[in-house]
This record gives sequence, structure tokens and C-alpha cells, in this order.
Amino acid sequence: MCGHVTVYPIRVKDIASSCVLRLLDYRKPEVESLAELFGAFDSSANHNSLEWRLPLHHHPDSPFHFVRLPSEDVARNIANRSILVKGIYEPWGEGSSYEELEEAIRAYPDEWKLPYLSSESTFKITVDSFGKVISFQEQNDRIRGLSYIPFKGRVNLRNPEHKFWLMETDNYGSNNGLPPIVQRRIFFGREVGAADRKLLPTYQLKSRTYLGPTAMDAEMAFLMANQALVTPGKLVYDPFVGTGSILIAASHFGAMTMGADIDIRVVRDGRGPDCNVWSNFKQYGLPMPISLLRADNNLPPWRPGLREVFDAIICDPPYGVRAGGRKSGGRKLLKGTVGPYTVPDDKRTDHIPSTAPYSLVECVHDLLDLAARMLVVGGRLVFFYPVLREDDSIDSHYPDHPCFKLVASCEQILSFRYSRVLLTMVKTGPYTEDIAESAKMKHLEFKENHLKWLEDGNLHSAVFSPADAQLGGASDSKSSKELKPKYRGKYV
Amino acid sequence: MRLLTHNMLSSNIKGVTSGFPLRLEVEKVVEKQVDFNADFLNNMFVKIEWKALVDASRAMGYADLPDQTEPSMLDSDEFLKKFHHALLELHLEEGALICPETGRRFPVNKGIPNMLLHEDEV
Repeated sequence: MCGHVTVYPIRVKDIASSCVLRLLDYRKPEVESLAELFGAFDSSANHNSLEWRLPLHHHPDSPFHFVRLPSEDVARNIANRSILVKGIYEPWGEGSSYEELEEAIRAYPDEWKLPYLSSESTFKITVDSFGKVISFQEQNDRIRGLSYIPFKGRVNLRNPEHKFWLMETDNYGSNNGLPPIVQRRIFFGREVGAADRKLLPTYQLKSRTYLGPTAMDAEMAFLMANQALVTPGKLVYDPFVGTGSILIAASHFGAMTMGADIDIRVVRDGRGPDCNVWSNFKQYGLPMPISLLRADNNLPPWRPGLREVFDAIICDPPYGVRAGGRKSGGRKLLKGTVGPYTVPDDKRTDHIPSTAPYSLVECVHDLLDLAARMLVVGGRLVFFYPVLREDDSIDSHYPDHPCFKLVASCEQILSFRYSRVLLTMVKTGPYTEDIAESAKMKHLEFKENHLKWLEDGNLHSAVFSPADAQLGGASDSKSSKELKPKYRGKYV
Repeated sequence: MRLLTHNMLSSNIKGVTSGFPLRLEVEKVVEKQVDFNADFLNNMFVKIEWKALVDASRAMGYADLPDQTEPSMLDSDEFLKKFHHALLELHLEEGALICPETGRRFPVNKGIPNMLLHEDEV
């Protein structure tokens, strides 16, 4: 049976220097994924979601959330592994004023407080404010104001056994782009777990040797690995591996990794013997990928009987805005000629096959089919999917597949025109002959109507076309921009 | 390219019906040590086409894998170590994979198999 502590407020990762909260949509799904990873859910129960509560008067984008977790161990594991959670705390009290806070802390049962206040222990109290800097003097005054809590232990600022936090939010008038706070709220709690602050500085892209134009940001790559429930010994595959940034995060969490790319220069050569995908893994002392190969997601070379080998597939498919997708079978498709281009026999050995553009719809279809075949049941597919944004809302029709259930969708706004949504799907059923057959038909349909799909699915032109065509007149677009609220939490 | 990868790949040229297993053309083999993970090996064991692995490991100069297996062998550390070595530690650094049906050569260069098809093969 778990302990008495079941509700933990979550302080989400600190605000970025730009004073914009980041990746808001991603926070709850990440905690829920990690809760599943660390066994918070009864496997027989069907609903794998946590019970969340917002603090009184708080905006949904608030940095504070209450969440019910089954044990302190689960809470600690989640906090230590999470990318977006700053810390998880056992709440001893909260209030709209320091008087209310005192009342709440006094009412919190002694049997739950005293074990952490004993004379043999060491402790530290940190004062933290959200939206305003509190001076050193004010911090000390606030700590002294807590003298009604019977702290018996010694203060140790460096390496305390118990860390307590006094956290304050208030309506300071100007909110610097932070979510609006209606009313003052103060929390006091004991830290149960905190994030590993060394992780992201270690892996940040600017110190990585081999990078490509679309290398995945370290924070996002680790988040994707968390969404994919990566643990030691799992086999993780990235069909668009590029410079390996996603697999690096998976490998950090102990996974065996495999990656493929259609561009042989990226996977084989990099920028020389000390600047390639392998050297990136070496740089961090991570085990090398099990396999890197050149392959086409449209015509994957896996043997036909092979099923359910990967525990997770994580990728950022090329959606044709920053980098365009390519697939096998170039010239003949481009020219629209019927007869295949035949490579002369004497040129076959060193022939470099041309590739054709790969439309997003087809790419995603192939990805889902591959994942349905190659993931174990219960395995996760985590990938980015681009969406055009109209009127600040997005069309939430995401790709689906009979083998998969959508677990989470988190939007990251990239421009006024388009967002990318991180989709997390779990494989719920086996890949049947019927599904294989219909995927094959679809594959042929794509091949026959190649040009049509390219035109229909051209995200690049939608993102880069002139504003007038998109918004129906420059004056309209100007006025609609002005109407937008100042706080735009999802912008990054 | 490790033999785990070899065991998963086939020739997917249009019209080819039995593209597995790919024959190995070995120019250069390197051995790289990999951390032993028994759980991973146990998971992989059921997915592996054993004969293809045995033949491939022999082509790479490693003849210690038994011809026949049964699940009880997974209890033996000695077997797991051999399996681990063949599956993960032998690399084909230079060479090729040959389609058993058409003889098409998929080059392996700097350890990377190039499985991309020509225009007239898709």
C-alpha cells in the first residue's frame, strides 16, 4: 500500500530567458508517459491517465499543477527523468495569504511532517517566486516567517537531506508574457524529486560535433524518448535518422538503437572520420547504434516475415518545409513516362539511383504501416506531424491506423502558418493479413497517382505562399493579428 | 553492419519473392565489443532466423554457433555469449549483400549497407 502522500504539486521547468513558458502542451503527456513507465498504473485498469488539479484561480498554462500519484517513489522517478517538470513536491500547505498558508501548514498532520523535521536531519528552504524576483532580504524575511514550523535539524545549503520550497505567484500587473495570474497563491512543500539539470547542457546541440540542418533539439529529443517509454535493453528505430539526434536521447536512456536514412552521405560519411553519426555517440560515451543503414521508408528492406522487433519507433519525418522527403524511383516518375528507366549493365555497380519527391501523406502512410508491422504490441510510435494553422486553431485530424491508439498530441507552433504536433501512439493490436493487404493497395495507389499527391500534400507552398493568398487581403490579416491576445503560450 | 541487421534485411527488388537471406560477400570484418544484455538476447532469440545467422557468422569466420537451437539453450550462459558475439559484435565493415534470387549486389561500405534500389528495380 502506498503512503499517505498522494497529491503532488508539480512545478514545471523554469521559464526560458525569453520569458515565455515553453512546450506547455507537452507537460501532462510527459508526466503521464513517465507514470506509465514507472508503474503508476494498474495494468488491469484500462484508463491510463492521472488525476490533475489546477491551483485555485490558475490559468491552465500555470507552472503549477497538482497531480495524484500512487507513491513517493513513482513521483521521484518521474521528476528525475522528466524533461519538463522542474520538481515534484509534497504539499504541506497553500493559501492566498501568509496567514492562510500558516493555517494550512499547522493543520497538516504532525505525523507526516515530523519525520522530516527531526534534530538529526539537515535541511534547506528555498524561496521561489514566479513572475517576479524576490530580493535576498525579502527571501530571508519569508523564511523567518515560517518559524511556526518546528524545524529541529541543522541547515545545510549545499547537500541537505530535506529540501523545502516556499513558492509564490502573484498578479504583479505586468506579466511579461507569462500566463495571467488572477490572485496571489503561496505554496509550501517538501521536495520529493527534482529534474536532472545536467542532462540538457550535456547534450545541447551547440556542442555536438556532427549536425544537420534539421537536427532535433536535445530537449525535444529527450522528450520524445520519454514519450516512447525508452528503457534499457529496448530496441528503438528511427527511419529518418539523419545525424542521429533522436537516437542519442534513446541511447542515453539505455536503448539499443537502429537508424536508417535515404541519404547515404549522412549515415555513412558525415563530415569525415571524426564527424559523423558514430562520432556523435562516441562524444557522449554512448553505446554505438546497433545498425545504421541506407534505406527508403517507401520500400523498406526488412524481410517479409519480420514482425514485432522494435519496442519504439521515434522520428521526425521530412514534411517538405525545411527538408523535403525523397523516395526511390526518380526519373521515370518525374517525367511521367510509363516505361522504367533501365540502368545499363556496365553502369550498375556505381550507379547512383535518382530519387523522387516523397509526399507527406505517403510518407506518413508508410510510417504507420511500418510501425504496425515492426512494433511489438504495446510499443510506441512517436513522431512529428505538421499541420497548417488557420485562425489560430488547428485541424485536429491526425493520421490513424487500426493497430494504433493515439495517446497524446502536443502542438508546437513554428510560425503563423504552421505547427508541428508530436503524436504519441501505442500499438494496441497485431498486424493482420487484412491490414497488410490494404496497405499494399494504398501503396500502389500512391505510386500511380504520384503527381496528384505531390500537389495535394504540398505543405511547403502553403507555408511559404504570400500572405494575401492565405489570409484574404493584407488589411484583414493585420487587423486579425491585432486582435490576438498578448499571451501566446504555445509560441516557442 | 552487425549480423542482427543482416538477419532483418532482404532484397526487396520488384518481383523478387525470396530475397532472404542475403548472401554475404566479405572483404573486411571487424569485431567491436558490445555490453552484454541477456534480456535483449532473450527477446531477440525468438525473432531471429537461426539458420541465416549461423550461415552468416560462418561467412564472417565465426563457427561456434550450433546448427540447431531450442529455447532451453537460453539458460546457458555459454550459449548466450556465443549468440551475443555473433549477433552484435561481428561487423561487416566492407563487402556486400547479395540477393539470393537475382545476384544483385547491395554494397556495404564503412559498415553501412546501401539498400537503396535502382530506378528499374522498384
